[in-house]
Amino acid sequence: MKVPVSITVNGKQYDKMVEPRMLLVYFIREELALTGTHIGCDTSSCGACTVHLDGKALKSCSMLAVQASGKSVTTIEGMASGENLHPLQEGFHMEHGLQCGFCTPGMIMCAADMLKNNPNPTEEEIRHGLEGNFCRCTGYHNIVKSIQYAANKMQESA
Amino acid sequence: MSYIGSSVKRVEDKRFITGQGRYTDDIVLPQMTYACMVRSPHAHAEIVSVDIAHAEKMDGVVKIFTGKDTDAAGIGGVPCGWQVDFKNGDTMKEPPHPLLVSDKARHVGDAIAMVIADTYAQAKDAAEMVTVEYNVLPAVTNSKVARADGAPQVHADVPNNLAFDWELGNPRAEVDAAIAGAHHVTTLEFINQRVICNAIEPRSAIGHFDTAYDKYTLYTSTQNPHLIRLLLCAFVLGLPEHKVRVVGPDVGGGFGSKIFHYTEEALVVWGSNQIKRPIKWTAERSESFVTDAAGRDHITTAKMAFDKDGNILALSADTLANMGAYLSTFAPAVPTWLHGTLLQGLYTTPLINVSIDAVFTNTTAVDAYRGAGRPEATYLLERLMDTAALEMGRDPAELRLQNFIEPFDGVEEEGYVTQVALQYDSGNYGPVLKRGLEMVGYEQFRADQKAAEGTGKLLGIGFSTYIEACGIAPSAVVGALGARAGLFESAQVQVHPTGKVSVFSGSHSHGQGHETSFAQVVADKMGIPMEDVEIIHGDSDAVAFGMGTYGSRSLAVGGSAIVKSIEKVLEKGAKIAAHLLEASVDDLDYAEGKWTVRGTDKSVGFGDVSLTAYVPHNYPEGLEPGLDFSSFYDPANFTYPFGCHICIVEIDKETGVVKVKRFIAVDDVGNVINPMIVDGQIHGGLAQGIGQAFCEGAVYDESGQLVNGTYMDYVMPRADDLPSFEIDRTVTPCPHNPLGVKGAGEAGTIGSTPAVVNAVMDALKGYGIHDVEMPVTSQKVWNIIHG
Ligand code: FES
Ligand code: FES
Repeated sequence: MKVPVSITVNGKQYDKMVEPRMLLVYFIREELALTGTHIGCDTSSCGACTVHLDGKALKSCSMLAVQASGKSVTTIEGMASGENLHPLQEGFHMEHGLQCGFCTPGMIMCAADMLKNNPNPTEEEIRHGLEGNFCRCTGYHNIVKSIQYAANKMQESA
Repeated sequence: MSYIGSSVKRVEDKRFITGQGRYTDDIVLPQMTYACMVRSPHAHAEIVSVDIAHAEKMDGVVKIFTGKDTDAAGIGGVPCGWQVDFKNGDTMKEPPHPLLVSDKARHVGDAIAMVIADTYAQAKDAAEMVTVEYNVLPAVTNSKVARADGAPQVHADVPNNLAFDWELGNPRAEVDAAIAGAHHVTTLEFINQRVICNAIEPRSAIGHFDTAYDKYTLYTSTQNPHLIRLLLCAFVLGLPEHKVRVVGPDVGGGFGSKIFHYTEEALVVWGSNQIKRPIKWTAERSESFVTDAAGRDHITTAKMAFDKDGNILALSADTLANMGAYLSTFAPAVPTWLHGTLLQGLYTTPLINVSIDAVFTNTTAVDAYRGAGRPEATYLLERLMDTAALEMGRDPAELRLQNFIEPFDGVEEEGYVTQVALQYDSGNYGPVLKRGLEMVGYEQFRADQKAAEGTGKLLGIGFSTYIEACGIAPSAVVGALGARAGLFESAQVQVHPTGKVSVFSGSHSHGQGHETSFAQVVADKMGIPMEDVEIIHGDSDAVAFGMGTYGSRSLAVGGSAIVKSIEKVLEKGAKIAAHLLEASVDDLDYAEGKWTVRGTDKSVGFGDVSLTAYVPHNYPEGLEPGLDFSSFYDPANFTYPFGCHICIVEIDKETGVVKVKRFIAVDDVGNVINPMIVDGQIHGGLAQGIGQAFCEGAVYDESGQLVNGTYMDYVMPRADDLPSFEIDRTVTPCPHNPLGVKGAGEAGTIGSTPAVVNAVMDALKGYGIHDVEMPVTSQKVWNIIHG
């Protein structure tokens, strides 16, 4: 039995029939082929699947697609505007905040929410804010710097 | 122009930060099916029956394969790629590792059936309906228990579960006698616990048999596509190698766990020809926990003997190395040639003997994990050094400095020959420790430590000075040591008619940034802009051959292969240039992308020469057209990076919580192509090494269940568990490869673990303990303080 869902993703509305048990992350990856959102675990622990739901960071493996119906989702693919990278994307590039890149979309989505609530976080606040996201490559050192880079950049242009 | 040595931003970043990375699980092929494995929930159990009748009829199910099918197809299983012989010369025990087990499950997660359906959800539903009847047997997970008489037998034909035993160094009797007569002997018995690699991308594989071309393609999250192809073709499935393409696309971290050839890779390839549709399998995280080869898992007794002045006289080490249920691809090499050989460390120890028993247990296989053997060797030596210093009332830094090998550059002075079969290439060990002491502000720290006495906090400092053997490896040497493969690397430098350059490398990047650092090398050596260079890797149809990435080998071996090809390109280019300039080759200089007749302003550019090579109208007689060269580079020796790691911990007395306050790392990885990337490698390595010290570790219960087999239960460092790292480096070039590089991928992990434990021990020195077991959790520390 499939049920209808209507979810706006990166500004575009999608009407689809899905199994009621389908997780939002599978909806994004498989129904929409937006594969920038990753799956790193089965316990909602790694944060690789982080997206924004109505502007708030959310682990998309922790919600059913049907629960997101009528709501608006932003994924990593929706962060840049045209050729212009989001300051966080730029920050991760400039400060070498990624290696294999697998955790990166989730990190960026998590950090974007963090900076919205706290535009000028301390190192400790950044580290605390990343608590729900694993990175096995960078040791977090440069991820912290990447977020600081973005915070500075966003403040300058604010 | 110089790219080499500068922190060029990574060219691969763009696709990852915009969500366009292409990992195996992102690939969707027409008509693709999805596989879910039925896995044993028991660590040790006979399989009485497997009933697929009901599952087969479920919605969407395409096919179910069991061990009977793979047995009937005559598939023997995945092989081991490294042979180690028993001390008495017998060949190691190498029981088969079937793709699907039909007789007995030997660890939790052993695969019994592969269920294939139109969607993954359907495959998973049907897998749950496969009924397996088991006769559960007693299990053994600990290598010490496994060696005892009467212990459960993992393989019927491997008595006492001993895969092999092995010894290296000076005669044991001589070492024992030196220890018996020594002024001071430090003894440690410890467990270097099993850790799980946990690359954040779970393993994934897609098998595709293309009936139009009778050709197989395997997309897999691997660190070495060509080796997987070789093993698949020559050992597992008997496929014609020219009809098999293996692609390692973007790979989300490896750390060793993606070096090996796994059963699922062979299953999806074989199965795709049976059902004539592509099959995708992607591990769920809890599946990764019980099927990815793990790391470490040593039980060791080690003794270090000193004279009255603190000079090291002798070292003995006895280790039980847990192999898990089967021998994984490189497993036998890890406790032996990658561990025993490193026990010289940075010290002049004149007598060393190491003895290893490699043991089967009912656990997931153990193989190389970032550092592979070298972290275990460093842990052994560096825990001994700090313990010895404490026991003898010596300063741990001074005790090390006193015992360091004198500097040698490997050019004027010979490489240092160890007691354990290696010749170090070049080394200058004092400066890394001295720089570390400077950075940490050693005297000030000791004052702070004193000042903290009587407060609620305990401060401790721990040292670790390490050496590693990287740039793996000279083929003839490793062949003599049991490797069943050559460990050279290949590279093709293809110059296009327009002067743009494609480089095909047999190395594989899964986070290391080869597309940037290799391009820096090429652009510099060829005198052309980096934008004109593209690095291609990971596809056996594009890259002629490769041995992949592990053992910190990519730049030292793979980069050297590229340099060799560049030399050939420039040599031929010079002939073409000489012809165009009507000069002799000997009169030409090449710089900044053009050949100039020495002492004149007559010159011709790289682009013109490239075009001439492909439009050879006005061309040297007898010279072939084209500008395209391949090379194979087989290193002359391993490379030997080294360094000093210093950790400062703060322990909260009331809660036992250990906080890593500062971590200083001074590493010497030889010449550095891209400092930003090298620093990043060190950071990541440090996090993993520190993680092992204070939070990570696989825990098995009596029945052989991995009790912390999820991210909720297995504790890995998160951002707020770690400090920002303080790092620096010295540079002692490698004398035997053209770039002078030594490799940086594993240094952070190799050096860091003992530094943390040593720091905890320093903080707790008032509590009369001799050792503390990793991971050093707050509970253990609390018990020491309050127990
Ligand atoms: S996949 Fe969602 S938190 Fe890991
Ligand atoms: S960059 Fe690889 S997991 Fe974070």
